Amino acid sequence: MSDIWNWERAWEVLPDLLAGLRITVLATVVGMVIASLLGLALALVGRAPNRWVTVPVKFVVDFVRSTPLLVQLVFVYLLSPPEIPGLAIGCVVLGVHYATYMSEVYRAGIDAVPPGQWEAATALNLPRARTWRAVILPQAVRKTLPGLGNYAISMFKETPFLFAIQVVEMFAEAQSFGANTFSYVEPLTMVGLLFLLVSYPTSLLVRRMEIRLA
Amino acid sequence: MTTTAPGTVPAIEFRDVVKRFGDHTVLDGLSFSVPRGQRVTLIGPSGSGKTTILRLLMTLEELSDGLILIDGDPYTYEYLGQKWAPVPEKRRREVRKRVGMVFQQFNLFPNMTVLENIIEAPMHVLGLSKHEAVQRAEQLLEKVGMPEKRDARCTDLSGGQQQRVAIARALAMDPEILLLDEVTSALDPEIVADVLAVLRDVAQTTDITMLLVTHEMQFAREVSDRVLMFDHGRIIEEADPETMFTAPSHPRTQEFLKAVLG
Ligand SMILES: Nc1ncnc2c1ncn2[C@@H]1O[C@H](COP(=O)(O)OP(=O)(O)O)[C@@H](O)[C@H]1O
Ligand SMILES: [Mg+2]
Repeated sequence: MSDIWNWERAWEVLPDLLAGLRITVLATVVGMVIASLLGLALALVGRAPNRWVTVPVKFVVDFVRSTPLLVQLVFVYLLSPPEIPGLAIGCVVLGVHYATYMSEVYRAGIDAVPPGQWEAATALNLPRARTWRAVILPQAVRKTLPGLGNYAISMFKETPFLFAIQVVEMFAEAQSFGANTFSYVEPLTMVGLLFLLVSYPTSLLVRRMEIRLA
Repeated sequence: MTTTAPGTVPAIEFRDVVKRFGDHTVLDGLSFSVPRGQRVTLIGPSGSGKTTILRLLMTLEELSDGLILIDGDPYTYEYLGQKWAPVPEKRRREVRKRVGMVFQQFNLFPNMTVLENIIEAPMHVLGLSKHEAVQRAEQLLEKVGMPEKRDARCTDLSGGQQQRVAIARALAMDPEILLLDEVTSALDPEIVADVLAVLRDVAQTTDITMLLVTHEMQFAREVSDRVLMFDHGRIIEEADPETMFTAPSHPRTQEFLKAVLG
């Protein structure tokens, strides 16, 4: 049996890793839900005619975008009351961080709706809110789906940062297994493989979606 | 404010309307009016301001100066106290309800089916129940000759079919005034006739005031009561269609019609 790779150890760690994967996926899904909703809100607020609204929002967005996710995670974690679980903080920080990127995706999607659609809505006298809800957003959101998919994959791959705030996701499971058994090769290799196993098919799906929606 | 006597209030009135894009003045003090129920065709070379007039009437453009009245009601600006003030959006909506428009590029909502396109505004603007709106939509689809396309995706329709749906969608709002801007210009020649047939039917069976821009001179001659010839944002000639198309008096009109009619 090789010293570098031990199949038995690999099988032994797998259940822990799968448990970690569940947390990883959970954080990604909750994070993306927050990012999608908040990102849309940011995109809509960004179009407000009032500069007293748009300028501060733009400042916050730029600030979040230009500081590292890891720093944001640790910073918020340290400032939060200890009762709040790390996973909850992680989901929110991931969500807010990616919301600033998603807002850009929405903005582009909204801008890509042809002016004729707005004009037809005006000609039919549709109220503003109804125009957004029934005409503009359904067309814009459709165009944002590939962007949403790409950011979901990218968020998924950044979840190991949650390790820094005591969330036991897949990477943390591998670390702790390694610390207990002094073998890191199997758990970390398997983590890599599991990430690949989830993100590669997802990225193919997103590619297909891009082609279909193009 | 209106000087016209009651009962003769025009459906559309432009008073000294000025429209500038940047420092390019497109309309420079244009005045004209259209009595209720009249069908008026705007002709003139490209760039003479015909589309701008229709877009101003649909509030797709803001005017730079002057007044537009619909049934004598201020639509854009009104005289309040000592000065002119923009008509608030709420009242503007009330006036805009009476105006409908069909576009050259149809502008159907691609995220909706044919039926959904037609019932959207009757339900959410006029407050019709879904049942009433669907009934009205089905009648209109019958009228434009496409009852079988009720549940089709708009994106699956040909240009001519899309334009007929767009006409039905505008009519579903029961407008007093219908604006038609080169509605057959984007269509293949062989389906232009279908769309014109629908419009001819609308002209014959309703009393909607119509303002149309078209290059289909034969059609214009059939349906319109009056033709306005535009050049550089001004009306240079105005006549009934017979006179306009057979014996135009202005040299620019003669030149233009010769070029269009070949
Ligand atoms: N959004 C715009 N910005 C700048 N110029 C415009 C715009 N819309 C129209 N124009 C100009 O206004 C003039 C009249 O255009 P238009 O009303 O479309 O004429 P027509 O419909 O008779 O061809 C043209 O010179 C055109 O270039
Ligand atoms: Mg035009």
